[in-house]
Amino acid sequence: MKDEITRDERVANLKGMGCSRKRVEDARFTQGKGNYVDDIKLDGMLFGDFVRSPYAHARIKSINSEAALKVPGVLAVLTADDLRPLGLHWMPTLAGDKQMVLADGKVLFQGQEVAFVVAEDRYAAADGMEAVLVEYEELPVLVNPHESLKSDVVLREDLVAEDGSLPNGAHGPRKHHNHIFTWEAGDREPTEEVLANADIVVEQEMYYHRTHPCPLETCGCVASMDKVNGKLTLWGTFQAPHAIRTVVSLISGIEEHNIRVVSPDIGGGFGNKVGAYPGYVCSVVASIVTGKPVKWIEDRMDNLMTTAFARDYHMTGKISATKEGKITALKCNVVADHGGFDACADPTKFPAGFMNICTGSYDIPTAFLEVDGVYTNKAPGGVSYRCSFRVTEAVYLIERMIEVLAIELNMDAAELRRINFIKKEQFPYKSALGWEYDSGDYHTAWDKALKTVDYEGLRAEQAQRVEDFKAGKTRSIMGIGLSFFTEIVGAGPVKNCDILGLGMFDSCEIRIHPTGSAIARLGTISQGQGHATTFAQILASEIGLPADSITIEEGDTDTAPYGLGTYGSRSTPVAGAATAMAGRKIRAKAQMIAAYLLEVHDNDVEFDVDRFVVKGAPEKFKTMKELAFAAYNQAIPGLEPGLEAVSYYDPPNMTYPFGAYVCVMDINVDTGVTDIRRFYALDDCGTRINPMIIEGQVHGGLTEALAVALGQELAYDEMGNVKTATLMDFFLPTAWEVPNYETDFTVTPSPHHPIGAKGVGESPHVGGVPCFSNAVQDAFRPFGNKHTNMPHDHWRIWRTANELGMHD
Amino acid sequence: MSKKMHIKLRVNGKEEEFLAEPRELLIYTLRERLNITGPHIGCETSHCGACTVTIDGKSVKSCTMFVAQASGAEITTIEGIGGSDDLHPLQTAFKEHHGLQCGFCTPGMITRAAKLLEETPDPTEEEIRFGMAGNLCRCTGYQNIVKSILAAAAEMNAAKEAAE
Amino acid sequence: MIPAAFEYYRPKDMAGVLSLLEEHGDDARVMAGGHSLIPMMKLRMADVPHLIDLQDVGGMSDIEIDSESIKIGALVTQSDIIDHAGLAEAAPILREAALQIADPQVRYMGTVGGNVANGDPGNDMPGLMQCLDASFTVVGPDGERDIPAREFYEAAYMTAREDEEVLTAITIPLPKGSYAYEKQKRKIGDYATAAAAVQIIKDGGKCVSASIAMTNLSDTPIYSANAGAALVGTSVDSAALKAAVAAMLGDIDPTEDNRGPVAFKNHVAGIILSRAIERAWSRA
Repeated sequence: MKDEITRDERVANLKGMGCSRKRVEDARFTQGKGNYVDDIKLDGMLFGDFVRSPYAHARIKSINSEAALKVPGVLAVLTADDLRPLGLHWMPTLAGDKQMVLADGKVLFQGQEVAFVVAEDRYAAADGMEAVLVEYEELPVLVNPHESLKSDVVLREDLVAEDGSLPNGAHGPRKHHNHIFTWEAGDREPTEEVLANADIVVEQEMYYHRTHPCPLETCGCVASMDKVNGKLTLWGTFQAPHAIRTVVSLISGIEEHNIRVVSPDIGGGFGNKVGAYPGYVCSVVASIVTGKPVKWIEDRMDNLMTTAFARDYHMTGKISATKEGKITALKCNVVADHGGFDACADPTKFPAGFMNICTGSYDIPTAFLEVDGVYTNKAPGGVSYRCSFRVTEAVYLIERMIEVLAIELNMDAAELRRINFIKKEQFPYKSALGWEYDSGDYHTAWDKALKTVDYEGLRAEQAQRVEDFKAGKTRSIMGIGLSFFTEIVGAGPVKNCDILGLGMFDSCEIRIHPTGSAIARLGTISQGQGHATTFAQILASEIGLPADSITIEEGDTDTAPYGLGTYGSRSTPVAGAATAMAGRKIRAKAQMIAAYLLEVHDNDVEFDVDRFVVKGAPEKFKTMKELAFAAYNQAIPGLEPGLEAVSYYDPPNMTYPFGAYVCVMDINVDTGVTDIRRFYALDDCGTRINPMIIEGQVHGGLTEALAVALGQELAYDEMGNVKTATLMDFFLPTAWEVPNYETDFTVTPSPHHPIGAKGVGESPHVGGVPCFSNAVQDAFRPFGNKHTNMPHDHWRIWRTANELGMHD
Repeated sequence: MSKKMHIKLRVNGKEEEFLAEPRELLIYTLRERLNITGPHIGCETSHCGACTVTIDGKSVKSCTMFVAQASGAEITTIEGIGGSDDLHPLQTAFKEHHGLQCGFCTPGMITRAAKLLEETPDPTEEEIRFGMAGNLCRCTGYQNIVKSILAAAAEMNAAKEAAE
Repeated sequence: MIPAAFEYYRPKDMAGVLSLLEEHGDDARVMAGGHSLIPMMKLRMADVPHLIDLQDVGGMSDIEIDSESIKIGALVTQSDIIDHAGLAEAAPILREAALQIADPQVRYMGTVGGNVANGDPGNDMPGLMQCLDASFTVVGPDGERDIPAREFYEAAYMTAREDEEVLTAITIPLPKGSYAYEKQKRKIGDYATAAAAVQIIKDGGKCVSASIAMTNLSDTPIYSANAGAALVGTSVDSAALKAAVAAMLGDIDPTEDNRGPVAFKNHVAGIILSRAIERAWSRA
């Protein structure tokens, strides 16, 4: 039998890995037919909303709901006293702490949930909230973690024993009543010794400010308790629906099989939707109490003020090198502001996430990291905002330390990076802080980046600009921002990665239908990444059925296999691997069916694009479509009917995507206004599944990085008031402020991942933040700048210029 | 609660009449009363544009309009711009050029872009970036949105030329 | 974000508006596009038991230009300003400023009347109207009166308009000479860190008249007669620029907010003003 189409055409027809397949999600989204949680409308559905604290630290003297209960349409007002009998007035956090669901005697941050008003519609709920009278007694406010560690003011009386002693926290001994944990990695003494005896040592304090992931859709849920069947359904904006099911079961006592958690379409997550929030618990309780479905949707102020801040790391780096610039040691101390409760979303054994990737892309023989977590009167959270756990902080630290060291050495920062990169032949590379980098080729990427942007030419232009500035010919200076980052994503191996004891594997279950189409379900959940498109591409290449014939389904815990969800760039490294592995199980069975039908031995057939062929006789073959049908209609000795597979994939290691970014920026020193003239981003995420989607991820991640570096912050005043609680002040750039980006790539596959893919969604954010920041700081380097903190908004840039005497 | 008002709207070509409190925000009228859930709620303070609809020929953020104000108006939402059987060139272009990711901003984005192209049928990239600055997107970095709108404009202009 | 309940009125004429204002006093507010008021109501920072929508009141949506002056109805939107060819000819500074206000959607709804009447020190039109020496027509129970823009603003959200009066029109003497509206903001949609409106007349290489006002640098817009005077009679050289900036800095009184501290705002005010003057002069 002769093919009517060529092999290349057969490959193209699959729309498998490597092609820019258009997204299958887009039909519904472009027509306004997405299904987000706030689109859900159920019969008799009620609305819940929170009375929130206007104070950052206060005792609650009384809560009076009388007037609220008289508001037409208000059905109930829940307080901590109502939840106490159920044991639900507090809940466990992902970080091993506990958090008040509703204020239990006091509040610890502005916006904290005090009472939950349940009403027939959102208007009545809003009126009810206004009518709840809460009497507060203000307490001293701590918004700075350094001061918090010295203060007599006790934020968490619940964590101090009656005799005044401090019980251990989830991560060991605590040094002070406002201290949460100390976490160390690496070797303190050898590092200190090298630093003490080094030719060159430079130390730099830096503050990575508090910000927020701020997806366009806020968090929310609909809880529906079916009292007849004893089944609870919870729809919500969950980046980890299975973990939410387990948490809800553990805290509510409802057996897990009686809970169905559904993540419908999610309007962006970026880490905001990983945690479990009081709104979820109160909605569930309210549904149980009223017997009706209850919807809770945050407004934007609720979102910015209460759920899931990111960063807020006070970091001190100390780095040493030889006179020639070879780095010899790195020490990093962090004081981490965790707010009123420790609700950071990190793997359990990593209270500071993967901050110990802070040796970056460099071969640093000795290193030590110490992180102290501290309570303050700010909102809890500490999520990974478009990054793997605390990796943005780590990469920012090392990419700033490199620049600061370059200044000390009077050396070009690109060259300093080059001489310290881990070399290609050193992979797999064991870092001083304990990670094993899987693969990399940093020099090639760096050289390609510098050549593409004409780095030498840019430096010459910059030198001329400095001269012109000094001669009074211009008030604009030019910065060349460099960053080379190594991410650590794909958490992670169950041996060291778990959340609340749940191993961080992921899963895929495939059913091939008789006519040669398929459905695959995964434990992850897309929030814009395009899983329905890309996972089908992986499968198409693995099982030889067209991606267009494969449905991908995620987010319904009743149907999807257990998985830990989507965050930390883990979907492709973990669930993508599970998908490939499950596909290979399908293929293995198909091979046996093919051999039977072709009347040869199993080993005498081989897979070729979309079929099994008899080795040496390519005219003898069975297509995967034919084999799918055969699985259902042939009685094959020794084989069960059907064609299904499931894989739970426990990754042997993390993956380590990397990249080289260059930003060219002009800065007016009088107004502080920045103009990004060029941004070049080279990403190496290993095997590339869908170049179009990778590019889109890079554009988006860079834009979020731009926002964080140039203005986006959750700012607090001394009283703990949030100063940036609406989009008037919380900086989300528009199309007008965002440049066009140039994207590029190299491909260094992960050696341990079934398809060699590493993940890309977060790289541009991780690499982008230091790149934008370095551009600003580099512009001021010729005028004496060593370091200045983000965000580099207009007035702070102006202040830098002012302090450097550039307005004199 | 205040007394309910008699409201009349024409939404996507269909007459709607009902009683509503004047404070009902138009976005909720559309989403909850009329089950038109394409327009979304993002910021509630007229910054993000996810709730953008066209009212009497103007792009409007429907979170910042009371239904009472809108009474008597002609409203078009993403649902009225095009559906599976009659996709608007913008809907096709956004898919073709990866102009969306999570999809939450997309209905407002396309609704606004449709109006922009009506007013400026052959826009430059700069005109698009300026004309779309009332719509925030957190996923795409706008680059592919701009590309999609440019492509749709070219497509629409070519179709117009062919028809002439 | 849900506002408190209110009674809504949409009178057909000004008499209807005025009688409602008289009836409800402080409890009533008039609204045009609503893009300043509605967010405040949603945040429950503005309590408006009686809301009077002006959209059906006729006669306030026109732009009339004659040889002496321009009359802009209070309900003319920023987008109407931008699209009006005659206005772009007669007073191009209006278009230049309107394009820098908010974003496209907001400009469709936001009216010039609302922008000037609200008394928000962040709004652009008040300073611009002071620069242009406009006057605002208000109508109340005792009839109509005109209030010069330069005497209208008393403090943040406090103006010379009485509660029972409605601002119906803005009259601008036909601007002469050249112009510039310069604004620094953090992003599109933001209020000004500093903004300057400059209208300048050049004759024989010398400045013969200059009118200057700035926005968001005090609790009211700041028209600085001294800043203008510093330019008159000069060739707008760097000494004159410096004198104008110094005069303006003497008149503004910025406060610290998320856009930055006072020293920064003073510095930027000087830069933005210099740019506006230079640009206006270069067009002369």
